[in-house]
Amino acid sequence: MSLRRTLAIPESAVTDETVYRRRRELLGAMAGMPLLSLAGCAEAEPPSPSTARVTPAEARAGFSTDEPLTRYEDVTSYNNFYEFGTGKSDPSRAARTLRTSPWQVEVSGECDRPGIVDLDDLLRGAAPTERIYRLRCVEGWSMVIPWLGVPLADVLRKFAPTSRAKYVAFTSLADPEQMPGVRFRSIDWPYREGLRIDEAMHPLAFLATGLYGKPLPQQNGAPLRLVVPWKYGFKSIKSIVAIRFTERMPPTAWNRLQPREYGFYSNVNPDVDHPRWSQKTERRIAGTANRLVADRIPTRMFNGYGDQVASLYSGMDLKKWY
Amino acid sequence: MVLKRGPRARAVEGAGARPGRGPDAQASLPLVAAKLAVHLLALLPLGLLAWKAGLVLRGIDIDALGPDPVAAIEHALGQWALRLLLLTLAVTPLRQLTGQPVLLRFRRMLGLYAFAYASLHFAAWLGLDLAGYWAMVFGEIAKRPYITVGFAAWLLLVPLALTSTRGWMRRLGRHWGRLHRLVYAVAVFAVLHFWWIVKSDYREPLLYACILALLLGWRLWTRLARRAPRRASA
Repeated sequence: MSLRRTLAIPESAVTDETVYRRRRELLGAMAGMPLLSLAGCAEAEPPSPSTARVTPAEARAGFSTDEPLTRYEDVTSYNNFYEFGTGKSDPSRAARTLRTSPWQVEVSGECDRPGIVDLDDLLRGAAPTERIYRLRCVEGWSMVIPWLGVPLADVLRKFAPTSRAKYVAFTSLADPEQMPGVRFRSIDWPYREGLRIDEAMHPLAFLATGLYGKPLPQQNGAPLRLVVPWKYGFKSIKSIVAIRFTERMPPTAWNRLQPREYGFYSNVNPDVDHPRWSQKTERRIAGTANRLVADRIPTRMFNGYGDQVASLYSGMDLKKWY
Repeated sequence: MVLKRGPRARAVEGAGARPGRGPDAQASLPLVAAKLAVHLLALLPLGLLAWKAGLVLRGIDIDALGPDPVAAIEHALGQWALRLLLLTLAVTPLRQLTGQPVLLRFRRMLGLYAFAYASLHFAAWLGLDLAGYWAMVFGEIAKRPYITVGFAAWLLLVPLALTSTRGWMRRLGRHWGRLHRLVYAVAVFAVLHFWWIVKSDYREPLLYACILALLLGWRLWTRLARRAPRRASA
């Protein structure tokens, strides 16, 4: 079964966080029952506190967290996706025009098996998996999002990058027909991002095709987006149409626009402020409680993924390589 | 906020405008109605915000202010502070263009509303956004240029609001006008405050900057135009 078909879950199956957290339990309970919809089952469940099932191994790898999730409504209506406008709510309104199928990705550069591949072929063979990651925006807010997708490394290896592949460059679609925001040069289109090859091959680096157990909404970067949880959100490029292995550090969109404010690495780092604002704390957008007073929390080094990724940067001056 | 007439003319106007007193008190029913309308219009954004905040607070509609209510509240209050400030600055040019001195009666009111929204904007940042991280306040004001100018704008509005009463107008005499020229700096700081927080899409702050340039440019132009013929005749 292809990943995309796996993700073709009806809208009605999308449930709130409490139920989502208990999905494994519910699925287990349903195994011996006559077939009934998950949504119906969910409604019958009394509301209960979040009962996260994060295994110690998942927590150790950074693949999951038991922090309260950001609601589906918030994840899908508060987006920075300038191709659809620079307002946070613009993408959720304007991105419906984005055609996500058919979708092809051009893979090129320093690899043995370059080519233009259909999304299904790109994902074939990679086991669909779920990751619950923190997402820290450079603007100072953060979310906790259950993604669905595949490890980036599993996809990249299929194209057999050569020893000259030191970096991986990603490009977003920039079609003014489908993306009204592209008609205004808020960014030097197309949006571009990049990772060092060891960052890209890290087990936490992820290609998402869904969230909350259903296909990725257009405003979240459908049909294929990067998720690099230890870096600021803008590194997690959306609606990817090209992947290129390069020997030199590739240009990236925000870095080209404001090199002093946005570095190539852009690792979440509370000790390196954005020149215009502090990065020491963040406003967590999650759950339903207390929404009129910010849930302000300290920002953690590498967004809390230091145990997993700090070794990638050993010996580097992270104040210089921000 | 500079009056073009001397303090005496102002004092006369002041006396006449006191409710229930003076010759124009009876004739000012339309003025009272207009003032009431301006009060209501100026309070409308705040009322709407408070109503939505109430929906969020009581859990009736937790999405009434969007996914990030704190940012929404801050932004709305700041935006209206800036709009009301520019409206205040538009009164004098409008009066000169239309020859309607009655417009001046709305200037203090608009200015005070701008101050009220700016104060609420500042309070929302302190109370809702920083939420407990009080130690950050001074560092942020000192280190972040956009916060520095925003705070400066609000701080400079304080003496203007305090001296907006007729009593202070009289006491300060011609200094009152000089003091209230601070509003030009306030407006420049306020636009800068908005400009410096934007990441790449400058269209909205640019619009406000253009309006401000127009309002300040008008003053400069009328001043130069007034001076030129005087010099020619001398």
